[in-house]
Amino acid sequence: MSSETIALGALDGGARPISERLHDWVVTVDHKKLGILYLLYALLFLVIGGIEATMMRIQLIVPHNSFVSPQVFNRLFTMHGTTMIFFVAMPLVFGFGTYLIPLMIGTRDMAFPRLNAMSFWLTAFGGLLLYFSFLGGSGLYGAGNAPDVGWFAYAPLTARAFSPGHSSDFWTLALLVSGIGSIGAAVNFVTTILCLRCPGMTLARMPLLAWLNLVMGGLVILAVSPLTAAQLMLLIDRYLGGHFFDTQAGGSAVLWMHFFWVFGHPEVYVLVIPAFAFASEIIPVFSRKPIFGYPVMVGATVAIGFISLSVWAHHMFTVGMDSAGNTFFVLSTMIIAVPTGIKIFNWLGTMWGGKIQFTAPMMFCVAFLFQFLIAGLTGIMLGAAPFNWQLSASYFVIAHFHYVIVGGIIFTIFGAFYYWLPKMSGRMYNQTLAKWHFWLFFIGFHLTFDFMHIPGILGMPRRIYTYEPGRGWEIWNLIVTIGTLVQGAGVLVFVSNLIWTFWKGEPAGNDPWDAWTLEWSTTSPPPDYNFAVIPVVESRRPLWDIKHPEDPDWKYE
Amino acid sequence: MSSAAITQSAAGPEWSLPSRGRVGMGSLIAAESAIFTIFVVAYLFYVGKDVSGPSPKDVLEVPVFGTICLLSSSLTIHLAVRALRAAKIGAFGLWWFVTMALGAIFLIGTGREWHRLIYERGLTIDSNLFGTTYYSLVGLHAFHVTAGLAGILLVMVLTLVGKVQVEHSERVEVFSLYWHFVDVVWVIVFTVVYVIGR
Repeated sequence: MSSETIALGALDGGARPISERLHDWVVTVDHKKLGILYLLYALLFLVIGGIEATMMRIQLIVPHNSFVSPQVFNRLFTMHGTTMIFFVAMPLVFGFGTYLIPLMIGTRDMAFPRLNAMSFWLTAFGGLLLYFSFLGGSGLYGAGNAPDVGWFAYAPLTARAFSPGHSSDFWTLALLVSGIGSIGAAVNFVTTILCLRCPGMTLARMPLLAWLNLVMGGLVILAVSPLTAAQLMLLIDRYLGGHFFDTQAGGSAVLWMHFFWVFGHPEVYVLVIPAFAFASEIIPVFSRKPIFGYPVMVGATVAIGFISLSVWAHHMFTVGMDSAGNTFFVLSTMIIAVPTGIKIFNWLGTMWGGKIQFTAPMMFCVAFLFQFLIAGLTGIMLGAAPFNWQLSASYFVIAHFHYVIVGGIIFTIFGAFYYWLPKMSGRMYNQTLAKWHFWLFFIGFHLTFDFMHIPGILGMPRRIYTYEPGRGWEIWNLIVTIGTLVQGAGVLVFVSNLIWTFWKGEPAGNDPWDAWTLEWSTTSPPPDYNFAVIPVVESRRPLWDIKHPEDPDWKYE
Repeated sequence: MSSAAITQSAAGPEWSLPSRGRVGMGSLIAAESAIFTIFVVAYLFYVGKDVSGPSPKDVLEVPVFGTICLLSSSLTIHLAVRALRAAKIGAFGLWWFVTMALGAIFLIGTGREWHRLIYERGLTIDSNLFGTTYYSLVGLHAFHVTAGLAGILLVMVLTLVGKVQVEHSERVEVFSLYWHFVDVVWVIVFTVVYVIGR
């Protein structure tokens, strides 16, 4: 069977002209190519969003700096936030999901391959629309400008009177278009996972990555749709003279906040649940132990999914809700810490007593465990309404959510890149460069985001383009900016490692990690059809069963 | 280590999974429900908050006939699917046509209602909060009816040229789920706009 796979794979390839091969990538409906397109697209925007962040940090390195104007600063933080959430983090998790889910559940493609392609291209055009605003934000007659309303675009700032020209429209349309792409991708994920599993793969035998992406898909369906609806309302207000968020006609600015955060908070879990999924695949393999507490992990994830739909207004404590509202959202926010804590203990339980191998993916995942814990602890602090009244909209909040998104999500995504890169490219990455990437990014991350908490506690508000000297903020801002540059260096090492791997990497073989899930049973990179014969599984670790016929998992599950 | 050792010998007696079409359509319906929920919440939130007229009480008339037509089309599309499953292509075409006609009557009714509101009552989308929320919610639903009618028309044409056969009954049934959803949404929109909001 394996020789058959290789022989069929060899028919492919050959020396075709580059234009034809590029054309293949544009018209492809193959989940592996689309997954890689998602990832490359996200990496491009990661660099762009990173440059925007660096420009903001250079502006803030000393008081009264004039590196960028206040107007440009407003555009930078709006574009940075929007880019990083919608055109970096989302395509990264969708890219890995699209690439891995069919391979891990033993099938040949997603349930709806053409919908899959449409979802990617909608996301891609969404990003293009957002950045086109630099050229066409004031209409084609004049100079452009990017949106400057902040990534959550509170009303009435987005009203025609306060946001003339088209920059806010590009923001709205970019999110509308990419949001429809996300919903399409989520429908595809849910359907693929429920309907295309290989024989023997019951729900209880699915890899955790599939389980967690199922929950993520459900969350996208329930959470991104409200954003789509809110963007439609904003368009009606801006173009048809509607009054949804027009306070002068009785409309409500607070309603926009609710609609945005009904999307915005579950969105955090849309991003972090796939990060959990990567950790749940990587940590067991490099601890040489099966995941600890599989059913509890699944239950905790489903619980997080449900609870995350009812915590949104903890972003709005300073708006002035009544005490019943405050109490409800404080309590629901506290409760979500319970299933999250269960997951952290399960990962620790997996590592406990294991033969831990500190490869690059494992190092990123271990760092994730500790950083995500700290992010969760500051989250509990901010989830308490009185504390929140003091520190909302300060740099403490910025430090907290970057700890979640960078320290939690981006770290596991880097781990996932190193873990699955041998499968995607067929080549092994450079281990030395990977260690350099880890340590540079790790040190840069902690320099930036550990110390960012302090100016927040000292009262430095977010989104200010400069500040007065003598408030005790200078040294912290200096350290934070230096950390940003170190992180940037780490990302450059990462990108050069990717390029090095592509040209110079050693052939990785089918199963370089001695892993247990189905994607490692096929060639690296997998053939177009993934599996010559659809596999049949009997346990959660089908490759373990094959490698250890004397002691298979299915005897114990 | 390769795929060699994953054999088919251990396959269970039967391995059945849910249908792709049903799960996919179910997911789409969940997403659409979330969108409608936001519009319904906005409608209910703004009922009675207007600072200027006209108010729903003054101008809205209950579209009884259109509602009866749309709701009966759920029954007729069900009968059509049942006929197709029983390989009665003629009966299928007939019920399918009736469904299309009922949907079209509903849309025409909405169009006449809007025409009356705009030209006789002077209610437009930028008149006041009621106008904004009313045209948005009812319009969003009408858009879904239109999309459904486009699909129904496509199947109708395919039926007339003889391309719809009994083996397509699963797909047609999946499509009918969307139409049932549009009908259920109308029940909610009707309750919100014409009962609670009036």
